Amino acid sequence: MRLSYPSNIKVIQVPCSGRVDIIHLLKAIEDGADGVYIAGCLEGECHFLTGNLKARKRVNYVKKVLEELGIEPERVEMFNLSAGEGPRFVEIAKEMAERIQELGPSPVNVQKKAA
Amino acid sequence: MIIADRKPLAELLEMIQDCDRILILGCKGCVTVCNVGGAKEVGILASALKIARKKEGRTLEVDERTLERQCDPEYIEQVKNEVGDYDAVISMACGVGPQFLSTAYPEQRFYPAVNTTSFGGAVQHGVWEERCAGCGQCVIHYFGGMCPIARCSKSLLNGPCGGSAGGKCEISKDVDCIWDMIVRKKTEQGRLEDLLDVKPPKSWDTARDGGPRRSVREELVQ
Ligand code: SF4
Ligand code: SF4
Repeated sequence: MRLSYPSNIKVIQVPCSGRVDIIHLLKAIEDGADGVYIAGCLEGECHFLTGNLKARKRVNYVKKVLEELGIEPERVEMFNLSAGEGPRFVEIAKEMAERIQELGPSPVNVQKKAA
Repeated sequence: MIIADRKPLAELLEMIQDCDRILILGCKGCVTVCNVGGAKEVGILASALKIARKKEGRTLEVDERTLERQCDPEYIEQVKNEVGDYDAVISMACGVGPQFLSTAYPEQRFYPAVNTTSFGGAVQHGVWEERCAGCGQCVIHYFGGMCPIARCSKSLLNGPCGGSAGGKCEISKDVDCIWDMIVRKKTEQGRLEDLLDVKPPKSWDTARDGGPRRSVREELVQ
């Protein structure tokens, strides 16, 4: 991509946002990611019909798990944009990076460093 | 199938508070079908518990395994070599699983990860409902194939109570009144008079009230 997005974001490409499962999001947090989000297609425009809707439900599930664990659920998010919207992709990346910056490092990491 | 819901993470974390190394044991039976205790849920729980521990600055080693069933000694035996290697074992099977495990391995601590609720089925993707209360003497054929013991909040056998309104049970607007459904079905079938046959009080000897139940098939007993 020629447009630049915050360098602290690691992009992992998947064929469809529906491919992202609960465990992938949890593993990201477990392995120390301060936040993780899915950028899926616009609702109603999934090539596999409901991939992005499923992804949103999984994100909501993970939010609930984090809440149960006393971790800010905002660290996990679902965004929808069309594949042609490069600038929107960058905007979302910035928005998420800012949100995480405000939240600070994940409590999982804080403890790791302190230990 | 047997239906269950996962216990809150806080409750599970408290169970294993003093543990550094645990095994989470899933079951490929009912709890896999109702998406609460299969291999997938074992992975999710393992990750959630590890996240919680990392947050506390402690580590937790978690191994994951899912047995064919946990209600059969044959499968319970498959973990005999490793079950002792852990500080505790969390079973994601229905309440039967951790009991079979506890009996087979008296030295180990087994914790139930789920609250077993009922016998039922999926009414839509992701939603399960109770259908049977295991009364031990099935009578659904008198009621249009619907069980008033499991599905009427008062287990009434001779028609609805006075709380039935608009097809809903008086306990909650989210609960269908099964007696409304029974009467409707019988009316549509033109067999409403079937319900005039008054049912005497049911014997609960075959249900839990008669004590723990046991089924023996002589032809199989060795
Ligand atoms: S009548 Fe008894 S056995 Fe039959 S479905 Fe109802 S509770 Fe279960
Ligand atoms: S309202 Fe219907 S389901 Fe509820 S207790 Fe009365 S008869 Fe049973």
